[in-house]
Amino acid sequence: MSSTLGSSIGKKLLMSLSGLFLIMFLVVHLTVNSFLLIPDGGEFFNAGAHFMATTPAIRLIEPLLAIGFLVHILWGVKLTIENRRARGNARYASGKKTTGVTWASQNMLVLGITVGAFLVLHIAQFWVKMKLTGDPLLDHTTISIGGVETEVENAYALVNTTFSYLWIVVVYVIGAIGLAIHLSHGFWSAFQTIGFSNEIWRKRLTVLGNIFAWLMGLGFSLIAVLQYFFYQG
Amino acid sequence: MVKIDAKIPEGPLADKWKNYKNNQKLVNPANKRKLDIIVVGTGLAGASAAASFGEMGFNVKTFTIQDSPRRAHSIAAQGGINAAKNYPNDGDSIYRLFYDTVKGGDYRAREANVHRLAEVSNSIIDQCVAQGVPFAREYGGLLDNRSFGGAQVSRTFYAKGQTGQQLLLGAYQALMRQVNEGNVELHTRNEMVEIVMVDGKARGIISRNLVTGKLERHFAHAVVLATGGYGNTFFLSTNAMGSNGSAAMKAYKKGAMFANPCFAQIHPTCIPVHGEFQSKLTLMSESLRNDGRIWVPKKKEDAEAIRAGKLKPTEIAEEDRDYYLERRYPAFGNLVPRDVASRAAKERCDAGFGVGTTGLAVYLDFKSAIDRLGRDAIEARYGNLFQMYEKIVDDNPYETPMMIYPAIHYTMGGIWVDYELQTSVPGLFAAGEANFSDHGANRLGASALMQGLADGYFVLPYTIQNYLADDIATPRMTTEEKEFEEAENAAKGRFEKLMSINGEKSVDSLHKELGLVMWDFVGMARNKEGLQEAIEKIQAIKKEFWSNVRIPGSTGGMNVELEKASRLADFIEIGELMARDALHREESCGGHFREEYQTEEGEALRQDDKFAYSGCWAYKGEDQEPELNKEELTFDVVKLVQRNYK
Amino acid sequence: MENTINIKLKVWRQAGPKAKGRFETFELKNISTDSSFLEMLDILNEQLINKGEEPVAFDHDCREGICGMCSLYINGRPHGPDDDVTTCQLHMRKFKDGQTITIEPWRSAGFPVIKDLIVDRGAFDKIIAAGGYVSVNTGGVPDANALPIPKPNADEAMDAASCIGCGACVAACKNGSAMLFVSAKVSQLALLPQGKVEGARRAKNMVAKMDELGFGNCTNTGACEVECPKGISLANIARLNREFLSAKAQD
Repeated sequence: MSSTLGSSIGKKLLMSLSGLFLIMFLVVHLTVNSFLLIPDGGEFFNAGAHFMATTPAIRLIEPLLAIGFLVHILWGVKLTIENRRARGNARYASGKKTTGVTWASQNMLVLGITVGAFLVLHIAQFWVKMKLTGDPLLDHTTISIGGVETEVENAYALVNTTFSYLWIVVVYVIGAIGLAIHLSHGFWSAFQTIGFSNEIWRKRLTVLGNIFAWLMGLGFSLIAVLQYFFYQG
Repeated sequence: MVKIDAKIPEGPLADKWKNYKNNQKLVNPANKRKLDIIVVGTGLAGASAAASFGEMGFNVKTFTIQDSPRRAHSIAAQGGINAAKNYPNDGDSIYRLFYDTVKGGDYRAREANVHRLAEVSNSIIDQCVAQGVPFAREYGGLLDNRSFGGAQVSRTFYAKGQTGQQLLLGAYQALMRQVNEGNVELHTRNEMVEIVMVDGKARGIISRNLVTGKLERHFAHAVVLATGGYGNTFFLSTNAMGSNGSAAMKAYKKGAMFANPCFAQIHPTCIPVHGEFQSKLTLMSESLRNDGRIWVPKKKEDAEAIRAGKLKPTEIAEEDRDYYLERRYPAFGNLVPRDVASRAAKERCDAGFGVGTTGLAVYLDFKSAIDRLGRDAIEARYGNLFQMYEKIVDDNPYETPMMIYPAIHYTMGGIWVDYELQTSVPGLFAAGEANFSDHGANRLGASALMQGLADGYFVLPYTIQNYLADDIATPRMTTEEKEFEEAENAAKGRFEKLMSINGEKSVDSLHKELGLVMWDFVGMARNKEGLQEAIEKIQAIKKEFWSNVRIPGSTGGMNVELEKASRLADFIEIGELMARDALHREESCGGHFREEYQTEEGEALRQDDKFAYSGCWAYKGEDQEPELNKEELTFDVVKLVQRNYK
Repeated sequence: MENTINIKLKVWRQAGPKAKGRFETFELKNISTDSSFLEMLDILNEQLINKGEEPVAFDHDCREGICGMCSLYINGRPHGPDDDVTTCQLHMRKFKDGQTITIEPWRSAGFPVIKDLIVDRGAFDKIIAAGGYVSVNTGGVPDANALPIPKPNADEAMDAASCIGCGACVAACKNGSAMLFVSAKVSQLALLPQGKVEGARRAKNMVAKMDELGFGNCTNTGACEVECPKGISLANIARLNREFLSAKAQD
């Protein structure tokens, strides 16, 4: 096994599998976020957040998610360093004029760092407050879940307040667009690496990948923007 | 004159090879490990031989001037490879393949060799398929065949238009497998510069490492030369830039006879020369003649207008076009053999009807085929060739006729070998295009690949054992022996001499001078006066070369100009030998056309009573005339007739 | 009739593997646009020799796009600005009068420079030696038609097999990866029943050798495919990944 994961394809396999895992996380995350747009004063969103925070299976996946992020980041950096070494020290003086190669595919690390930097802010603003330090905005509120009156943290208030600052919204939009561009290559690439591609599927997967990437990118951006403009006060 | 013994086995023609194999000497596995073989060249013949020797258990050292064995010029063969499989059930047989090859060679090849070639042809296809060569297949999953010039059956196996590439990669991969297993030692960018003789036998080589410039000594019990042909004597040819005749010349100077040097094949469908800096001629597959019609303008003034750029070929009316092949050869039309088509093109251009800016080109027109079959059908058949033409000439052959002109393509002549592929030097063997053996005076399409692989896979592995069986008691020699030192010093002296000339002219400029003389006087049509003049001119070029060539750099390190100069020195000598051979052969046959010997219609006229032999030239020393020896050709099975394509 | 152009060349010169390289600038006048790129370099070299200077060393041989010997990174692209050609098939009509043309060797740690524009591509031979073949000896093989092969498979194998081993894929790759080269051979043989037998062993050994020789990891940018003069498809890399991973899974 170690020889598999130590090989160039093995290392890429780790990138691919961790990437696909993170893609699944994104789908769930966006789904929950979309509840923010329901004009019910955040009740449905709070219910969703409560579900995510209390369901044991999801609690179990959380550390896995952390590992997924860690593997994806560490191996991404490792591969980039190795690839720079394989490239050699000499650079082409006449640059690279190969056409038809996406900018994203050539700049996955830069995009990854953009997303990563955003992630640090994002975690500090929400995860840290919700899980560790707590925040006055999170004071409990009572909502009805399946007809049962339940006391839950008011996650909506925290989100809503955070998105009342223009600079935060701008940063979120930048982060989301970075993510979209990252995914526009990453989605197809993940399938190619595990060998799930050929002449026909390559076209399908790139189209699908682009749709998915911009769905994610625009979805997350739009929620932040709409929160800023239409959900304050 | 020495008596030449080709060592042809006894028995009826069809049994000779079987008899040989039944009675030859073998080397047992333990002894094979003690025996070393050097193979120079890694084309089809060299790579297949080296791989096979390695598999058998011999210690092999192989040498190539390129950076990888896969670059050898066998890779450029487009059309296909012949075999007598008779898969299409169209009446083919080993005998027919043998017969077609002897006839196609204008009855100047050795019957026994050609029959053996036809016999092993089927095994070659089996071998290549087993190696994973992706031959073209039919929908049923079985191998596809197509027809080729000079045959009435479909016996040509092919892999797109890249058959040579695929066969070479198959042999190369087999070779690399032996390198991996430690049976073959691979030396790339390494050129043989001398053969080492010990007690009258070839026992090794001196090579030059083309990266470091250092001379190296290598011992072996036997040496195989698979170094290709000498078409580049003409400077412009379809050969690769690095293809050269130097190994053959080194062998010649150590006593190996050089046979039929004047038999050089000219291919009719090449892209014409465009300017003085042209470095090489590109072949367009012969298959184009299946659908293209060859013509020149009927009126001289039209040809002149075209040359001046005032008229386009499409503007010339049908009745003003001269489809000269269809006119002269109504039965075969545009599909006459290569030599006939080439000479007819030259005849028209010499008469002033040539087109292109130089007047040395004829049209190959696909208009009627496109009208008949549709553009799509033509694109499916020749799309890649049309694209290649457009890249080079910047003209769209779907709309404007292609321009073509003949060019030197292949040399049938080469190092003389006996039935065992052994040269007149004991322990020195020659295979593939480097030897003279199987094609006579003209090679048929798709037969070069067959011969190269036959020699390497299925002939040498047997015959070299027969030689080495007597050598099992000969221990490996150290390369400190005086013979190695002398050979190295000879090579060193030669390189130093070249460097010391320090003249005014570049190697290429002298090579071009040689090429022009060769093309003008020793090319498609030759005559006595011209050949005599050629010899004088070549000798003058030789003098000029040795007194006025300029080679920058030094002998140490990589020096491309020095490599080229060293090869040109040999080309000059080959050129002279070709001219001498052409002068002495007072007949026309195959690729050798003497204007004095033609029928009233201008066709080649053989003189079987006087020239049914292979002319074998023996080196007699610097500035001495070489000696002509004759290997008489006896035809027990085939009856000699005049070729007729009308 | 004949068009000519004047050009300026910026050529990488390097005396030997360890020497420090630099660009040298040359001017060439009246170059026929019908000349091939390498013929243009021949003209340059002829001029250099006549001046008593060392000509520019570059690899080339067949000059018809099949041997894979020619290389050269020209104005930002391996094999120059034309598509689907090798440098030897590139013609001067692709350049403009007065243009500056920068010529560099392949750049990759796996292809060290030998001299000027010549690099050492011996690593490719080593990768093939590690398993790029079917292990059959000469003789003793079945009849060629004993095993039918579906035509689509044979055709696809042929497409993969048309790789000429020039190294443009590595030169174009920002990761210095040789995956397209390796995958072309693995694919060709995996598609044929003759090669399938030792398919697992081949994929593992060739990838291990490729890694050992210091080539980079593929990140699926696709630059290799764009610059491949023979249009070898990225689908081959997907197949290699499949072959390799399933081979490892079987261990």
